[in-house]
Amino acid sequence: MTSAANASAMEAKDPAAPQKSIFQRIDARWYSSTLLTTFLVLGQWRFQILGDSYVPWACALGTAALTELVLGRLVARKWVNLLSAYISGNSVAILLKPAGNLLWPFVLCSFLSIASKYVLAWRGKHLWNPTNLGICVMLAAASSVVSILSHQWGNELWTVGVLWVLGGLTVIRAKVWHVTLTWFAAFVAFAAFRASVIDGGHFLSELAPITGPMYTMFMFFMVTDPRTIVRGRSLQIAIAVTIAGAECLIRLLAEWDVIRSDNPLAIAPPMFALFFVGPLAIVLQTWLNPPREQAR
Amino acid sequence: MQWSIDAAFVAALACAWHFGRTPALVRTNPFGFTLHEVAAESGIRFVHRAPTLDAKLAHIQAHVAGMGAAVSIVDVDQDGWPDLYVANGAAGSQNALYVNLHDGRFEDRAETAGLADLNRAGDGCTTGSVWADYDGDGDTDVFVYRWGRQMLMQNDGAGHFRDVSKTAGLDVHMNSNGATWFDADGDGDLDLYVTAYFREDIDLWHLATTRIMQESFEFAENGGVNRLFENRGDGTFVDVTTHAGVGSTRWTLAAVAADLDGDGHQDLYLANDYGPEEFFRGHGDGTFELARGVGLEESSKSGMSATLGDFAGEGAPGVFVTNISKRGYLFQGNNLRVNRLRGGGSLRNVAEGPEVDCGWAWGAQFGDLNDDGLPDLYVVNGFVSASLDRDYWFGMSKIAVGSGALAEDAQWWPAMEDRSLSGYEPSCVLVNQGRLRFTNAALAVGATDLLDGRAVALADLWNRGVLDVVVANQAAALLVYRNDVAPPRHWLQLDLVGRGANRDAYGASVRLEAGGRVQSQFVLAASGFAAQNDRRLHFGLGDAQAADVVEIRWPSGAVTRLTNEAADQRIRVEEPAR
Repeated sequence: MTSAANASAMEAKDPAAPQKSIFQRIDARWYSSTLLTTFLVLGQWRFQILGDSYVPWACALGTAALTELVLGRLVARKWVNLLSAYISGNSVAILLKPAGNLLWPFVLCSFLSIASKYVLAWRGKHLWNPTNLGICVMLAAASSVVSILSHQWGNELWTVGVLWVLGGLTVIRAKVWHVTLTWFAAFVAFAAFRASVIDGGHFLSELAPITGPMYTMFMFFMVTDPRTIVRGRSLQIAIAVTIAGAECLIRLLAEWDVIRSDNPLAIAPPMFALFFVGPLAIVLQTWLNPPREQAR
Repeated sequence: MQWSIDAAFVAALACAWHFGRTPALVRTNPFGFTLHEVAAESGIRFVHRAPTLDAKLAHIQAHVAGMGAAVSIVDVDQDGWPDLYVANGAAGSQNALYVNLHDGRFEDRAETAGLADLNRAGDGCTTGSVWADYDGDGDTDVFVYRWGRQMLMQNDGAGHFRDVSKTAGLDVHMNSNGATWFDADGDGDLDLYVTAYFREDIDLWHLATTRIMQESFEFAENGGVNRLFENRGDGTFVDVTTHAGVGSTRWTLAAVAADLDGDGHQDLYLANDYGPEEFFRGHGDGTFELARGVGLEESSKSGMSATLGDFAGEGAPGVFVTNISKRGYLFQGNNLRVNRLRGGGSLRNVAEGPEVDCGWAWGAQFGDLNDDGLPDLYVVNGFVSASLDRDYWFGMSKIAVGSGALAEDAQWWPAMEDRSLSGYEPSCVLVNQGRLRFTNAALAVGATDLLDGRAVALADLWNRGVLDVVVANQAAALLVYRNDVAPPRHWLQLDLVGRGANRDAYGASVRLEAGGRVQSQFVLAASGFAAQNDRRLHFGLGDAQAADVVEIRWPSGAVTRLTNEAADQRIRVEEPAR
């Protein structure tokens, strides 16, 4: 365990920044959170992705917000902006699919996600995307009662198309579109590679996951999280390729039965690829090239 | 301060691990009954063989051809002892009719009955049967639903069956996995509802296209059209699907008919694979209306079977629909629905215990296995048991999470090779503890097989006053579990005989009061998946020496009321004249 992340550092503004339009001045997380809320409400209305009520959403959001408020107050001694918690809570509600009508996985996953920012940090920067960590921990520790989003969005192309358009607008606004684009291109390339090395492999079979909601969520909202990616466009692109490569490796290990089908890695390859590669990249960069505020 | 946050984080991790563990299996047996597998010693040595479909499906053959094992329990020869009719699938394979010899043994007489050779190459394969005296001539006939040509076999009264599909108007091509008899239009005779899985234009042995699969794993509507055939009373049937409004195309795997909403008319309840369950409210005149707002739309899953039982002791048929669960990948969970339709309410899902997750669950039946007065649940499961080390869930998940346009085309599905798919799953024997709580006692009571169960049916096979269990397994042996209830408890069985052309009394309901407890049961044709129970109703009475009240509501609306019926007997009750 490390010292807690200093939330106030995240909120720091650069006084030398040029004048921005009102849209540019809006925190990019507002776009993400609005979009996620739209996804969730539309998904519940059209596909009942939460089941028969919004209670799981309330549990995930409530826990995330409360954890952020309490830990922020205790550690940073201020009332922390809840946008990040809102995004995490929404993501947990969308991605986590527990057995039956269980609610505790939403509570526990949200708590672990937010608390990880205050526990698993290094030199003032949290190492894991909070939701990524929460989901991975739940899949690893509680897979007998927890699964991850798969086909609950109805397998309809138009749905994914809408998600892609709206997600695309968000990553463009957040100036991380190159990460999404790189990861997408790398996934396609690795899919072609897998199809060529797997016995009886088909390119479309290998490509299929990226036409689904889980990968869409991952591509637009998780791998692009500004708080948990490295600094510098070139490095970000390199890391995105590395994550896609790790995802491909996990898939091949599962394909060749090196890891069993019920291994959590095989259940959610992109999640665990980010889980392993993301923190490693941040640690390496922070160690080799500490950020200015840390150096000061 | 930091240490306390760290400690809370570690505690949360520990909680995730603790609460996320697989629940321990119950190994002691305080449940009052034990199951012993006795198929071989009963003279039953039946092994199901799956069909071999078009070579274009060879890479997922085990998946696509993973259904077809079926069993119906019916007293074919009307000697008072239940017999078994068992489906086979491979070209040239024989169905079996195990006739009860009254001494603990059965004998296969399908060939002499003309019910064996129904799986000829080029003509389709059997996927199940549903029995009824559709012509009201006093003997029991059978509709054999199939992938391919449907078959109506008429009993000549001497134990020989004749294919009358053509003259009856039922010589239609469907890829069906279920059917049920019920009086859809209230005219007193039995109509026939046949469910469809794959589209009717698909010949699974000669594919014109590989675009035969579901367009969605949760909301598919590109299955075959279910059809309702009206019995004209002269031995012929007419397709009234469109007029009736029951032509669902949702990949239906099971249909069960009963008066669910208490309005006196027969309704239809469908378990649909890749989609939500459907409840068609009958108007009593042969038309139906798809019910909205009764709690079914928000739980689109993979309905594999549907069975009715008054598990809540409220007098109304509750519904149990099996679904698919696989750790990490998918928790659809089985639906156990309390029926509040009579008060204008819904079919609320109250499953939250071990009944939620029975793996890749297929057939299920309600039945009082320990005669304590509470209906228990027997659930069979497991899809493809092949390699012990290699599983297809990862491969299937590639397609399942993606676009339906890819999933719909079988050629894009990854090859299964020798992989299992939710294989080697132990059945669930869910003992009703009251107050909507169940305990999975499978291991404790002796239901220990790991075969790929499809159909399960219940009957008192040897007239001992207990419910025995028959399980049809896909590409595996038929199992017969003899049930020994110890210490013995009291029971009562009802053999209802209807008037006119519904002698089977399908659609009747019985309310029984004994020992301060109220129970309800329903006479159903089809129940579960690809199965039919013995239509005689078995009530466990616990310690009660008699049933205080037995109230029978016949499909015609007539009511028969019996009082102070002594326990431990079978009563034959005939429908009174109107």
